[in-house]
Amino acid sequence: MAKVLMKGNEAIGEAAIRAGCKNYFAYPITPQSEVAEYLSKRLPEEGGVFLQGESEVAVGYMIFGAAGAGERVMTTSSSPGISLMSEALSYIAAAQCPAVFVNIMRGGPGLGGILPSQGDYFQATKGGGHGDYHLLVLAPDGVQEAVEMTMQAFTLAEKYRNPVMIMGDGLIGQMMEPVEFPDGLKTEPTNKDDWATNGMAHRKSKKRNLVKSLFLDPTALNDNNLALKAKYAQMKKEEVQYELVNADTDYQVLITSYGTMSRVCRTAIDMLKEDGIQVAMLRPKTLFPFPEKAVFDASGKDSCQAVISIEMSMGQMVEDVERCVKGRRPVEFYGECGGDIPSPEKIIEIIKALL
Amino acid sequence: MAKAFSRPKALSTTHTHYCPGCTHGIVHRLVAEAIDDLGIQEKTVGIAPVGCAVLAYNYFDCDFQEAAHGRAPAMATGIKRVRPDLMVFTYQGDGDLASIGMGEIIHAANRGEKFTTIFINNAIYGMTGGQMAPTTMPGQRATTAPLGRDTAQTGMPIRMANLLGELVTPGYVTRQAVLKPQQVNKAKKAIKQAFQYQMENRCFSFVEVISTCPTNWGMTPGDALKWAEDTLLPYYELGDYKVPE
Repeated sequence: MAKVLMKGNEAIGEAAIRAGCKNYFAYPITPQSEVAEYLSKRLPEEGGVFLQGESEVAVGYMIFGAAGAGERVMTTSSSPGISLMSEALSYIAAAQCPAVFVNIMRGGPGLGGILPSQGDYFQATKGGGHGDYHLLVLAPDGVQEAVEMTMQAFTLAEKYRNPVMIMGDGLIGQMMEPVEFPDGLKTEPTNKDDWATNGMAHRKSKKRNLVKSLFLDPTALNDNNLALKAKYAQMKKEEVQYELVNADTDYQVLITSYGTMSRVCRTAIDMLKEDGIQVAMLRPKTLFPFPEKAVFDASGKDSCQAVISIEMSMGQMVEDVERCVKGRRPVEFYGECGGDIPSPEKIIEIIKALL
Repeated sequence: MAKAFSRPKALSTTHTHYCPGCTHGIVHRLVAEAIDDLGIQEKTVGIAPVGCAVLAYNYFDCDFQEAAHGRAPAMATGIKRVRPDLMVFTYQGDGDLASIGMGEIIHAANRGEKFTTIFINNAIYGMTGGQMAPTTMPGQRATTAPLGRDTAQTGMPIRMANLLGELVTPGYVTRQAVLKPQQVNKAKKAIKQAFQYQMENRCFSFVEVISTCPTNWGMTPGDALKWAEDTLLPYYELGDYKVPE
């Protein structure tokens, strides 16, 4: 299929449809409202369900209900809205239902701002809601990857019966880029008859199904948490995705960066090369599971003097980077998160100061 | 000889955890009888609340989801929108529905979602131990209102059926009670009617049921029935607040 020029938010909406998701519930919030606007027109054309909920709190549970009934379902929001959905995320993870959540991040904390940010790394990868759970978190660096990850997200959500989050930011949501929708990423929905409340008659069974997160018996609750833990261990084994940039050189510095910020770092790496300075980048494409071994290995190269995590935050992913470098190289951090994206020149200045 | 009375198929054989004299058991039975009468057990999905009925999924024999506190109407919306062929009902108490879940119930009703809500109003929080609810009567004692509900501080009790009856969107909104056998018979009809409207894809349907909580009211079951009759019914008037045209 030929490439088309699309805004990130609209491309994410179209990608969901192409992935076979016909159900979308959302609440408007800048900078991602175009997903809802796009799907309010497209989904009825596809015979699908579009509903604007009364709040992000309610939308979180519309997603839970629909996912529990066994249907593919997605919502999109931005940082403050994801905070409100975090209660539902905890319940959905506990009840082991597949669903796709997209966070087009904006600046925080509080009402923050409406410009791009990566301030929700902790929220997405360490919890957000209460209890022991993880989301599988994908971080695209542009519109094409946002499309591909949105399509993959439904497959992953069903493979693990776990919510999957796409972590974009206001820039990815708002900018236009040429995209294509690879047919190969569409999968058939899994059979959910073993657990979904899709109706006994529908699955021709006399056994009813329960979708719940309450386990009053301590052994049963511990068992459920162990089942979740086993899934997260499997994700760590099978789903880690990352990209290495300029890593076949004798690089002096290793940058870790993801999403929009990694694109600026990529430009800075090319410019530094012209000055005779070799810098590599490890770009996590999955924030959970985090590319732990890859970070450890890349930081261990003899030529590498330091690791620096560059983020549109005040220092969040850097904690995972430090954890994975295990003290064998100094780990530095640079970040801005007012909404201005650091320029390549700024990155170059920071890198040169490390040498 | 024909069997005149038996357990509804839609009820499980599990013993309930409800206190002696609590009317949850009656309402569970009425819901199960309606499901049996309409022959919809195999396509019904219930939503359990947070509160005394949190374990309702153990007592019904049909698909069930369990909601977070107050969110049952949003979950029911999600299910019903993506699977309109399923019969969906929420079963919620007054803390769940009229306090923390007020936003969800009003908007679901106003959108005219085609599911059924059974609302148990016993004027108090049960599961958490007798705290004041939005439905607690003026002067009624609760563990968070030890001197009785002070309406100057907390306002007057919310009348959910009256409130939802005011919405312009068509719906079926009724208030019933299960304090006397005649009331139980009427409540049974109303609950069945509510499911029928859903089957016909007509409208949102809401049955408020005035109930008792002897444990947290600090009364014997008999006194609780009398107190509800004397104190709750004059304020929470029984009857239909909205019927679809």
